Amino acid sequence: MLRLSANPSIDTVIKLVTVAVAMFAFVFVVMVPLYNVLCDALGINGKTSGEVYTAAQAGVDESREITIQFVATNNDGMPWEFRPSTTMMHVNPGASNDTVFLARNPLPQAMVAQAIPSVSPSRAAEYFHKTECFCFNQQPLDGRTSAEMPLQFIIDRELPDDIKTITLSYTLFDVTDMAQGAVAAR
Amino acid sequence: MAHGPAKGISRWLFTTNHKDIGTMYLWFSFAMFILGGAFAMIIRAELFQPGMQLVEPAFFNQMTTLHGLVMVFGAIMPSFVGLANWLIPMMIGAPDMALPRMNNWSFWILPPAFLMLASTLFMEGGAPAFGWTFYAPLSTTYAAPSVTFFIFAIHILGLSSIMGSINIIATVMNMRAPGMSYMKMPLFVWTWLITAFLLVAVMPVLAGAVTMMLMDIHFGTSFFSAAGGGDPVLFQHIFWFFGHPEVYIIILPAFGVVSQIIPAFSRKPLFGYDSMVYATAAIAFLSFIVWAHHMYTVGMPVAGELFFMYATMLIAVPTGVKVFNWVSTMWRGALSFETPMLFCIGFLVLFTIGGFTGLMLSIAPADFQYHDSYFVVAHFHYVMVAGAVFSMSAAVYYWLPKWCGKMYNETMGKTHFWISFVGFNITFFPQHFVGLAGMPRRIPDYALQFADFNMMSSIGAFIYGGSQILFLYNVVATIVAGKPVSDDKVWDGAEGLEWTVATPAPYHTFEVPPTIDPAHAHS
Amino acid sequence: MQGAINRAFVQGAAAVSSALALVLSVGPAQAADGTRSTVNMAPGVTAVGQSIYDLHMIILWICVVIGIAVFAVMFYSIIYHRKSRGVVPAQFHESTKVEIAWTVVPFLILIGMAVPATSTLLEIYDFEDAEMDILVTGYQWKWKYEYLTEDGENVTFFSNLKTPQSEIYNSADKNENYLLEVDEPLVIPVNTKVRFLVTANDVIHAWWVPELAVKKDAVPGFINETWTLATEEGIYRGQCAELCGKDHGFMPIVVKVVSQEEYAQWQGEKQQEAAQVRELMAQTFTMDELMERGKAVYARACLACHGANGEGGVGNAIAGSPVATGELGQHLNIGINGVAGSAMQAFGGQINDVEMAAVITYQRNAFGNNMGDMVQPIDVFNYKKG
Repeated sequence: MLRLSANPSIDTVIKLVTVAVAMFAFVFVVMVPLYNVLCDALGINGKTSGEVYTAAQAGVDESREITIQFVATNNDGMPWEFRPSTTMMHVNPGASNDTVFLARNPLPQAMVAQAIPSVSPSRAAEYFHKTECFCFNQQPLDGRTSAEMPLQFIIDRELPDDIKTITLSYTLFDVTDMAQGAVAAR
Repeated sequence: MAHGPAKGISRWLFTTNHKDIGTMYLWFSFAMFILGGAFAMIIRAELFQPGMQLVEPAFFNQMTTLHGLVMVFGAIMPSFVGLANWLIPMMIGAPDMALPRMNNWSFWILPPAFLMLASTLFMEGGAPAFGWTFYAPLSTTYAAPSVTFFIFAIHILGLSSIMGSINIIATVMNMRAPGMSYMKMPLFVWTWLITAFLLVAVMPVLAGAVTMMLMDIHFGTSFFSAAGGGDPVLFQHIFWFFGHPEVYIIILPAFGVVSQIIPAFSRKPLFGYDSMVYATAAIAFLSFIVWAHHMYTVGMPVAGELFFMYATMLIAVPTGVKVFNWVSTMWRGALSFETPMLFCIGFLVLFTIGGFTGLMLSIAPADFQYHDSYFVVAHFHYVMVAGAVFSMSAAVYYWLPKWCGKMYNETMGKTHFWISFVGFNITFFPQHFVGLAGMPRRIPDYALQFADFNMMSSIGAFIYGGSQILFLYNVVATIVAGKPVSDDKVWDGAEGLEWTVATPAPYHTFEVPPTIDPAHAHS
Repeated sequence: MQGAINRAFVQGAAAVSSALALVLSVGPAQAADGTRSTVNMAPGVTAVGQSIYDLHMIILWICVVIGIAVFAVMFYSIIYHRKSRGVVPAQFHESTKVEIAWTVVPFLILIGMAVPATSTLLEIYDFEDAEMDILVTGYQWKWKYEYLTEDGENVTFFSNLKTPQSEIYNSADKNENYLLEVDEPLVIPVNTKVRFLVTANDVIHAWWVPELAVKKDAVPGFINETWTLATEEGIYRGQCAELCGKDHGFMPIVVKVVSQEEYAQWQGEKQQEAAQVRELMAQTFTMDELMERGKAVYARACLACHGANGEGGVGNAIAGSPVATGELGQHLNIGINGVAGSAMQAFGGQINDVEMAAVITYQRNAFGNNMGDMVQPIDVFNYKKG
């Protein structure tokens, strides 16, 4: 067995300190990334991918119709009006669909928002592909103005048969401070 | 080399003697036990009747939070470290711990950490009020400014635990007397060795979790905030990856204590020593793969729920083995019921009940009704209080004569046990009922249908709390004016090297390693 | 002495176990009016709830039986294998056969438990084919319900604790639904599979109604789902189950399960109410009317943080405050948009314009504030539109 010191106690200490440091690092370099990878792969928390979907689907599956529900929530301290233009859509897997969310900043000053997506049932998340989404970026809006924020998505043809309804929720967060911090950092 | 303790305060400040450090740990943990108990008394006083009487809801939340933190990190964990310090060198025939100076440090950083934690009570916005599990974002975005001090306190006491554990492992691995093979070690040493490995593995995880909180609060990261792409549920995964092994960190040394005391008063060797060791290791291993059973309602995929449910149910097997072994040890022994034995039997009864409710809680679908209710509160007090506090009381009564050379008052000890046992059950048994009937935990006020049981619970808590004063009195009276014990063995059934040294145990023991009879089995 | 104590131990243990048996035999004291047992889990009014209850009882009884067996052996030892009886201790300390048996047998029992547990869990996770969807949002410290509809004309409302402060602080007698009553309950139809989408606005909450066998964490930024299918009409009460800050204990849930007809009627009324609010928006109120309405809104929305007499608490004092006695626009701004980074929420989306107008007026003219100005609903509307 590897000996790191002539004194057996010091040898044990060095090994154990290494274990402790490794476990501390484990949280940052393994647990957090692994959690995110697992969430992306398995849709554990219903998060959809933050990447633009570029693959092609093998045509439209006309035999199935999936109900898509849109839900908009404002997080604490977010005064924008924020709602989907359509609350429900019936779509075929494989087809590309468009909709918009409406947002309005009622305050006099400009603000920046970030929409966080969440899909229910969570296992549908990996089959919910977005080709365009306002959630990919932070959304700035001048004081007292409105905007239509576009969303374009495709439901995967491989979506499990038992899923007939998918709810897509966006929670809108005020990230004005964070965005300013990022600008200042640059 | 001076062969006696230094005089005055410097003896305690600079000591590297395992017995002195053990004594300080034990007194410190008792002080924390009283402090955490005082918080519990405030909680139970407020819950005595429906309506808000004594404190405001915000303060009530600070009390539940501090009660949990102080009891887990201030009372239970240091008390077992103190016991380990006193006993492990004597049990394995070592002159002291492997790293005496680090030992001094690991104790002396504890009091400042808890001073810092307690001082948050007087800060702007009050003490931490987010529960001892400190779920984000309540503990990050929505926390009082004192959370930063809370984080530093956790860092320090985590460091203390890691240092203490490294010391224990280094001692057990390198300082055993010749002939003291691993499978001859007393079970208390075994359970502590495994506990120490658990601590080294998971305390850094807790440190990582609070470091992430610190970064989220002060440096603009978003580990746990959805706004920046993080996830509050991630916090729970990390916390419980630490938290579940932590539960066993608390209970395993208690198993060790009970495994020493029951054979002594049964006058019969421990039944199934090998299987006890394996069961302890199995419990420790399983503790790493069951964390999410604390999170059944968080919205996991069904496959995850099933995995964590099956893994959790499995823990019942090694735990059952332990209980069966203890009962078999008593079977056909020659039992006597001095105070340490009474506390061990009390432990056995209460821990078994807590184990059963634990099994019930592991059933994911049923947990949808149990989760975050008083049923959970009852469950973990049955395992924690019965596990840690009852076994600690047993340990103190059992080894106190060896430590100070004087015998405690047996009648008072037994009275302490009976008041504790009855008070404990009056406190926590009704909590099963209110929990099942729908009372959520961590609420400062409750609906009227829960009133009777809550009043009963509060009365029980005052009885249980009061009985600890008797305990303190008995211990102090013994040290000051107890009847001297001359017999090295103290108890006729006691086995193990610690009973071969003089009574009271001299300041230095086993400076020359003892000879271990190779034919003699473990003790 | 010794003998007496041991006898007491045995008697004490017997008393505990008989008390346990007594309590368990009371079992499901389920009354028809929905009042729950005070000692046991509610089977509730759903098939899932019944399955969970059955599972709970099966496992409880298995535990009781094993417990009695283990304790019987232990107490037998305590009574008969006692040193004071002069017994000579045996010296056996292992038995491979016995040890294997008590490893394998519990394992088999666990498998027996896992089977019904798994099937019940799969039942709970069957979210499909819901007939209606309700979005449940947890706020510090209230719930918002939104009935999701195809046409987007969603019925939305907040549900606040109705118990007055006087009952909580013991200056009035507590009513029978103390702390379990809300100003506006959730209404759902009987025999209908209702899907709940659960999320939160600020911190994590948990939506728990024992009799509907529903408990789900509400996590900010994420959406969870759960469902119920109530088979009996009635009023079912629950509470937030996840510590969410100061008033965690004061955000109950009340669900009214009604017949299909009653539900349709209720929906109609809600639509009508919305129309009425629209009508009220156009109205001009007198000072007295605004003050009266404002007082009620204040009690519901502001009092918990700002105090019954505007003296402050978690929030700033209203009495003599620079906001309530200052420029009206700023007062409206804070009421509607909240104060970022503080506990003051944006109430613009939580209370309607009539309520906002009334409560702002009330705050400016109560607690010794004497601004004399009035806010009309149209002012609020205009302010929001900029």
